[in-house]
Amino acid sequence: MKGVKGMEQDTITAISTPIGEGAIAIVRLSGDEAIPITNRIFTKDLEQVESHTIHYGNIIDPKSDEKVEEVMISVMRAPKTFTRENVIEINCHGGMVSVNRVLQLVLREGARLAEPGEFTKRAFINGRIDLSQAEAVMDLIRSKTDRAMSVALKQMDGRLSQLIRDLRQQLIETVAHVEVNIDYPEYDDVEEMTHELLTERAHYVKGEIAKLLQTAKQGKILREGIATAIIGKPNVGKSSLMNILAHENKAIVTDIPGTTRDVIEEYVNVRGVPLRLIDTAGIRETEDIVEKIGVERSRQALTEADLILLVLNGNEPFSKEDEALFEAASDLDVIVIVNKTDLEQKIDMNQVTKKASGAPIITTSLIEEQGIDELEQAIADTFFDGELDSGDLTYVSNVRHIQLLEQAEQSLADALNSIEMGMPLDLVQIDITRTWELLGEIIGEDVHESLIDQLFSQFCLGK
Amino acid sequence: MYDAGRYDVIVIGAGHAGVEAGLASAKRGAKTLMLTLNLDLIAFMPCNPSVGGPAKGVVVREIDALGGQMGKTIDKTHIQMRLLNTSKGPAVRALRAQADKVLYQQEMKRVIENQENLTLRQGMVEELIIEDGVCKGVVTETKARYEADQVVVTTGTFMRGKVLIGDIEYESGPNNQRPTIALSKQLEDLGMELVRFKTGTPMRVNSHTIDYSKTEIQPGDEEPRAFSYETTEFITDQIPCWLTYTGEVTHKIIDDNLSKSAMYSGAERGTGPRYCPSIEDKIVRFNDKPRHQVFLEPEGRNTDEVYVQGLSTSLPEYVQKQLLETVPGLEKAEIMRAGYAIEYDAVVPTQLWPTLETKQIEGLFTAGQLNGTSGYEEAAAQGIMAGINAAAKALDKEPLILDRSQAYIGVLIDDLVTKGTDEPYRLLTSRAEYRLLLRHDNADLRLTDIGYKMEMISEERYANFNRKKQQIHDEIKRLEDTIIKPTDEVQEMIQELGGSPLKDGIRAADLLRRPEVKYHHIKQIVPPEAVLPDEVEEQVEIHIKYEGYIKKSNQQVEKMRKMENKKIPEHIDYDDIQGLATEARERLKEVQPLSVGQASRVSGVNPADISILLVYLEQGVKSKAVNE
Repeated sequence: MKGVKGMEQDTITAISTPIGEGAIAIVRLSGDEAIPITNRIFTKDLEQVESHTIHYGNIIDPKSDEKVEEVMISVMRAPKTFTRENVIEINCHGGMVSVNRVLQLVLREGARLAEPGEFTKRAFINGRIDLSQAEAVMDLIRSKTDRAMSVALKQMDGRLSQLIRDLRQQLIETVAHVEVNIDYPEYDDVEEMTHELLTERAHYVKGEIAKLLQTAKQGKILREGIATAIIGKPNVGKSSLMNILAHENKAIVTDIPGTTRDVIEEYVNVRGVPLRLIDTAGIRETEDIVEKIGVERSRQALTEADLILLVLNGNEPFSKEDEALFEAASDLDVIVIVNKTDLEQKIDMNQVTKKASGAPIITTSLIEEQGIDELEQAIADTFFDGELDSGDLTYVSNVRHIQLLEQAEQSLADALNSIEMGMPLDLVQIDITRTWELLGEIIGEDVHESLIDQLFSQFCLGK
Repeated sequence: MYDAGRYDVIVIGAGHAGVEAGLASAKRGAKTLMLTLNLDLIAFMPCNPSVGGPAKGVVVREIDALGGQMGKTIDKTHIQMRLLNTSKGPAVRALRAQADKVLYQQEMKRVIENQENLTLRQGMVEELIIEDGVCKGVVTETKARYEADQVVVTTGTFMRGKVLIGDIEYESGPNNQRPTIALSKQLEDLGMELVRFKTGTPMRVNSHTIDYSKTEIQPGDEEPRAFSYETTEFITDQIPCWLTYTGEVTHKIIDDNLSKSAMYSGAERGTGPRYCPSIEDKIVRFNDKPRHQVFLEPEGRNTDEVYVQGLSTSLPEYVQKQLLETVPGLEKAEIMRAGYAIEYDAVVPTQLWPTLETKQIEGLFTAGQLNGTSGYEEAAAQGIMAGINAAAKALDKEPLILDRSQAYIGVLIDDLVTKGTDEPYRLLTSRAEYRLLLRHDNADLRLTDIGYKMEMISEERYANFNRKKQQIHDEIKRLEDTIIKPTDEVQEMIQELGGSPLKDGIRAADLLRRPEVKYHHIKQIVPPEAVLPDEVEEQVEIHIKYEGYIKKSNQQVEKMRKMENKKIPEHIDYDDIQGLATEARERLKEVQPLSVGQASRVSGVNPADISILLVYLEQGVKSKAVNE
């Protein structure tokens, strides 16, 4: 069964600034637990502070003690707040990734992702907004929900939803099996579901969910940006390319936890496509990634990358080193950039075309800022039409999916734990069913009658 | 027409729903009349001779905890009793009894005759007296006019009933009783929506013609058990059931004759239940199964009739005979009554309030199979609730609505009135989201207080109940407070049970939480001052062992309750709420949920609609405050 719709008392949260724009993003929480939840991930005790004050400190992941983000937190206690509940606003300046991580931490600590228009709805219910605005509130809920639904619908076609459907099918077969054993105890055509069988299924599904979560974490989908590596021989213009992308597109420099401490990554937004530039530190400092970090590291950078910007010098003939770079990038999405069109062209374009084997080739003069438009368009095209298209996943619904997947994973862990404890299957099954419901919420499938339908289609039942 | 008297409540029908409705109404103090077609067929079981089973058995206990009759009567008249699912968790255990059908009827009739405030009379109701949408009484076919402001209709599968055997069909109620034609038509004329459902029953064969040596015995439990919390005398003389199987040859006969089956002849027919399929359905839908179970269940102590569970059919009688010949043990079985299918009208239950009063006609209640359910227990559950609520209305007392966390009865009625049903509805444990709370062992703990408040539980029983509650509470506390030291004796016991030895002292309750440890082990180490009754020990063990799960369920219930407590005013105008999706608006208008919680369970209503509804309701509260 789905959670109770329209709960009023729990603590809700959302990113309350437009996604992907502006250097500062705010994660807002509202509800009784807003302050304690934030307190568990913040370096300063907010329970003690005065209302309507702002505090500097770090967000810490309590599981790993890792520093996630430097933030300013506003504490506003009920009733003098927008929603008339306790409100916390966490001001992050780290761009998408860190804001997202802050949001996920807050969710993990017990907040619930706000429904469309829910802050406003609470403001209204708690008397903050006057009667004449009620209709506007209802309109807001409707329009925001419709938009969210259309996004959800788009995702229904993706591979994700198919995978989730498959996992749900695995679970419901198990659940139906247990249910038949319960409701038809004398029905002997079904073998009794065993702990072993259940463990096996639960492990399998849990593994698949973990994989899904892993891909989410690796940044394979939009929320973390496309991992992009700029490669090329020394002095072909990698640094210039880097700077142009950064300057044209408001780069945000962050210290990313979870990756090597000293690596600085940069985020740029190219025509709505977020790029995470890998190992740009190396490029900036030495202008030669291969020399500076060695072959091993550059290969490493390549394995992490979703997109390669391979830069060639048009002023020099195609070399062995260039060929080696093409080889290294052979299985990846590549955009080939032939730079220095302002100088005499000595490169054999036929050879480049052959090596590129279908990858887009853009000619530029980075010094004279020629060909930048074409390059940006090629990046956008690669993302929206090509392999990298991850299905228009929007930021918020993405977080929602991750939250649901994490809950589903936890729920299966509970089930496995209960099995180990020797709990009867009809109790273990509670957690399995919960997992099935959570996965159903991701793809927006109604859960009610389908279990009973499954029961009767899978088994021929008598007494 | 003559004036035959005035009552507070009239119950039409004396099947499993009618009996409980009449008794409950009378117990609450309403002057009650029960009218039935045939006084010799009160609480008749037209289908299987059994009461209880998973979910259903829990319902019987719930009825008993509310002061109903079904449990007490089956306790006195069964031929066999079993506790099912004993190898599974406590949440899904359930009792099932094989009934002596005739004794059951006789006992029920006696109880009804002895009930104060209750008049029992034979007669077919031909017409409801309705004035301006309000129920005023009934008229029988013998032109007796009875007045009452509350009428409970429990006419089961009699409404325009039609029996089907092969290509033979005739208008009839179950077991060749007269069908109810006029009432069905009147309900339709009054604007009630009816649907056509069907169900079926297998043949009964003569016990003397069965070769039991080819079948497997299915005895009752040796340990005496009972449904009712008041039962003190147990039946020890039990009669076994027997198990045999259909085979490939049986299936071929059925397959070859499929077109002769009434339900497969191509004519458009009512919707049957998937959970109780006919043998034809089983063969068609699961043709890969080499065999199907057939249980042979005696219909009573003083009869040779044996119910052939699993062979429900509407094939022609001669084909029924042929297929029996292929089943081991039944080769020479003589059919005493042929199996048949029955089609009937049912009321679309979303037309009811959760009290089971119809929305269209004030004072008119419907209960039982008429509301689209199947099963004696489901019928009885609705009967007792309709009886309680009809009497409440008559006497201006509080109505009773159970929620989904209180009882399977609550799940059943909420499902019916909120979601409706497109096939005969049967309770399954999987329909309950809080089934760990809805156990058969704690039905009394859940509902006796309510039964007492409804004046249906005696003072003596209530005192016993409170004593039990206290004992459970005290013993749990004792185990939480008692430390068990790792003495040699304790370590040895734990080792024997296959557990890891204690490192230190441990609370008795924590030791009990270990999967291998049972209450009787704990009792040996730290015995209670006085010996506790078995049912107290059972509760203590369940409470402590499954505390984590119980807590989880309780938290979910808390959440649900918050939404249940947000009431929707009766005359809300859904057209006035802008932003509701069209489908949600239509469904809400139809169901007219009483609370936001109920609204959220209506199919086609999504969370955004609920948010909008909440805002709208809040707006109403505010404008009221402004006006005042």
